[in-house]
Amino acid sequence: MAKITFIQHNGAEQTCDGSPGMSVMETAIKNMVPGIDADCGGACACATCHVYVEPEWVDKAGPRNPMEEDMLDFAFDVQDSSRLSCQIKVTDALDGLRVRVPAKQF
Amino acid sequence: MSDVITTDAVIIGAGPCGLFAVFELGLVDVKCHVVDILDRPGGQCAELYPEKPIYDIPALPIVTGAELTSRLLEQIKPFGAEFHYNQMVTELIKHGDNDFELKTDGGLVFRSKVVVIAAGGGSFQPKKPPIPGIDSYEGTSVFYSVKKMEAFRGRDVLIVGGGDSALDWTINLQPIAKSMTLLHRRDDFRAAPDSVKKMRELVAEGKMQFRLGQVTGLKGEAGVLSAATVKGNDGATFDIATNTMLPFFGLTMKLGPVAEWGLNLHENLVPVDTAKFETSTPGVFAIGDINTYPGKLKLILSGFHEAALMAQQAFKYKNPGERLLFQYTTSSSSLQKKLGVN
Repeated sequence: MAKITFIQHNGAEQTCDGSPGMSVMETAIKNMVPGIDADCGGACACATCHVYVEPEWVDKAGPRNPMEEDMLDFAFDVQDSSRLSCQIKVTDALDGLRVRVPAKQF
Repeated sequence: MSDVITTDAVIIGAGPCGLFAVFELGLVDVKCHVVDILDRPGGQCAELYPEKPIYDIPALPIVTGAELTSRLLEQIKPFGAEFHYNQMVTELIKHGDNDFELKTDGGLVFRSKVVVIAAGGGSFQPKKPPIPGIDSYEGTSVFYSVKKMEAFRGRDVLIVGGGDSALDWTINLQPIAKSMTLLHRRDDFRAAPDSVKKMRELVAEGKMQFRLGQVTGLKGEAGVLSAATVKGNDGATFDIATNTMLPFFGLTMKLGPVAEWGLNLHENLVPVDTAKFETSTPGVFAIGDINTYPGKLKLILSGFHEAALMAQQAFKYKNPGERLLFQYTTSSSSLQKKLGVN
């Protein structure tokens, strides 16, 4: 189990248990975290599971893959810490991961 | 006035469920026209995940969205359904029992006995970036598609995005625009390499500008844009003077006009019964992702089942009082004749 904290635009925090192997997006959906729409269901085809990884976790979460980089063109306000949460696999090393949810997926 | 297309059934949506509905309706001799907002069949399979494998189609251990679509098209070929792409059904009017009129935004008019809504997550529409105040410029200075190129002649055009739409329109509108700027968040593009090369040539020739960054705000008055405020990749903010902005951020699914057809809705889905998959309006069916009922699963295979049961009732509407003989394609010579295999 890895604890993953989702921080809403208004500062509200929700910490969920992520199972290794699942994606951060799936963890959010399973726990009904608001603001993670995941329209395409995790196919890396829509950019509606966009999150900002908190600075201290950026390295551990790893770099974006090329498909994800392309898809982020469809997101709004892309920052250096932007990731698609369907492309971050939960691992024990990510226990404590903190990600911010944008004000709006679009 | 446009010619009215008269048919037994109009299917709204050419995704997998809409396509399979052609098959099931075809077996019971219900003739179909299929309308879709996209420029090709496949729905989400074509637009969202053409290359992604699907693992839960019975008897196809692995199939991509594009392959599934082409196999369905092959399967329904004997039934000669007619397809109308780039058309959004905007109006559904009931004139009487099993007498419906449908109109599209492209000016098509249908008259049919039954209507099958197989619209998935709704219609694919351009994504509108959540830039504060963008609404007040839509239609005057901000456009999400190009309907007539001439409308952009002599304008200071800013195109935002890095896909094929962004690059194609940059290249096509550059000769007629007063000025052309392409803005993208990175110096890599999803668009075809050839288009990117052309764009870079235009930049090298001094005919247009390419800037890196993302739009954060808009400046203007009374619906007329004067500049877009952009955050550059170095974090600095600058303005790009423009009176015409075209953001190309891909497509998203919106329920769209379905909400205005007088059908009962539940959380943007269309409730149906599970015997006929009919909506609150007799003769109007809903199958696939767009419907809801107790236990509903948004699976392609569920939509196939729904299409089969829907077709039974559609037959009854087309042939009141007639009994439908249940037959198997393996053994029925009449079904095999329809399929062209006998």
